[in-house]
Amino acid sequence: MKVFSTIGGYLLMMKSMFTKPENFKMYWKELMHQSVEIGMGSLGIVAVISIFMGAVSAVQTAYQLTSPMLPKDTISQIVRDTVILEFAPTLVCIVLAGVVGSKIAGELGNMRVSEQIDALEIMGINTKSYLIAPKILGALITIPLLVILAMALGIYGGRLAGTLGGILSGATYDRGLLMNFVPKNVWFALAKAYTFAFIISSVSSYYGYNVKGGALEIGRASTTAVITSCILILFADYILAFLIL
Amino acid sequence: MIEIKNVSKSFGDKEILKNISAVMKTGMTNLIIGTSGSGKTVLQKCMVGLFEVDSGDIVFDGKDLTTMTEEERKELRQQIGMLFQGSALFDSMTVEQNVKFPLDMFTKWPNSKKMERVNDVLERVNLKGTNKKYPSEISGGMKKRVGIARAIVLKPKYLFCDEPNSGLDPQTSMVIDKLIHEITKENEMTTVINTHDMNSVMEIGENILYLYHGKKEWEGTNKDIIFNKNEKLNEFIFASAFLKDAKDMRMLEEKGIIDNDRNMDQIMREGGANLVISDDDRKE
Repeated sequence: MKVFSTIGGYLLMMKSMFTKPENFKMYWKELMHQSVEIGMGSLGIVAVISIFMGAVSAVQTAYQLTSPMLPKDTISQIVRDTVILEFAPTLVCIVLAGVVGSKIAGELGNMRVSEQIDALEIMGINTKSYLIAPKILGALITIPLLVILAMALGIYGGRLAGTLGGILSGATYDRGLLMNFVPKNVWFALAKAYTFAFIISSVSSYYGYNVKGGALEIGRASTTAVITSCILILFADYILAFLIL
Repeated sequence: MIEIKNVSKSFGDKEILKNISAVMKTGMTNLIIGTSGSGKTVLQKCMVGLFEVDSGDIVFDGKDLTTMTEEERKELRQQIGMLFQGSALFDSMTVEQNVKFPLDMFTKWPNSKKMERVNDVLERVNLKGTNKKYPSEISGGMKKRVGIARAIVLKPKYLFCDEPNSGLDPQTSMVIDKLIHEITKENEMTTVINTHDMNSVMEIGENILYLYHGKKEWEGTNKDIIFNKNEKLNEFIFASAFLKDAKDMRMLEEKGIIDNDRNMDQIMREGGANLVISDDDRKE
């Protein structure tokens, strides 16, 4: 029964967000602030993960492709498609669920517990609209960009690992990247990125906004937000793959 | 003026407020007192609209909060300032940004005019020069004063304070009480303060509402609270030893046994220390 009340509360929160801003300039400022926090704040970790994920992908693909019948440029094709279809959108967003999701839930939870949200409500501000909507919009703007960056860095990471490890030459790798490229894969990856960005930001905002209690409950809300986001990302990943591919 | 008419509020099966009626008067510091769990904070949150009442009305100068539309409530809220128990300052903003926030959100003033108002208000609460400090860098008393500054920056008609002296030393508490009282008088505001600090009650309690287990038990002023006949209220206020002495002193003064126009230290030096208060003297 608790699941249904949680879903209901989540949907009501989403509905309440859509009101006319009290001051558009202030909302815009908050949106920019959240976009920088989410985007720039995650840049480092996304870059590191992406390079290594591409590198590992190249090494392990080379390990598995033992048949001399298969040309070496197959490695880069596999790395490209794996990074674009799965690693960049899904793996990176799972990590962002932890980084961004816990930050959002913790921030809103702390604001709730210290009555800052009540202070905003007393001033006559729709807090769901002012605090949550910029986080969701900021995530929708920046997370797909981070996924695109992850794709590029992942593919580059594979090239780096392949050439430094003597697996294949740079020219062979680059040739393989251009072979059998399906542009639809990129659109599919972006569709996943937007879906996961929405899940991460909205779920974390819900748990943070509705914290009741003290520091312990803030921690619990953060953890629950991350776990729920991860599960929903994996579920949405399967659904999108089933529907689109 | 705020009129509370037959307000009741429950959470689940637990009845927190039971048919409370009272008037919070304009230009006065109105205090709501009671033990922890008596319903003071719930009543105050119902008054500002953070909780919806189960029954009854809350009327702000003729306008009933319980029947207002969302737009009307927003308009009313812009006339309300509130100081929270923990100050509720925005951690990521400086003192200046905290106080300026309502002006940024609700006015179209040029920045110079906003800054002038911010500086005036900070000076009024004796925090000149703290503009660039963050809440984590200032003391508890200073946080409360920033909270007051933010609450009054839009010149509200109504000021609510939830245990403004919580966590403060007695000297700082007096400063906060005095500041709230002065601001109330200067701006003709209706100020409602939740407290269980008896010093505040005696210093600034011009209109006092005593709650006991969610019911209104007594209403009066700080002048008549000492000699009230309500058993539950007496149990509450005389838990503080200094008030027992205050009651004795007030009684002796009324009977002409001591003269409080003279300095009390002088009275004590002249033999006040040997002043014995007989049972007859205690009889009213």
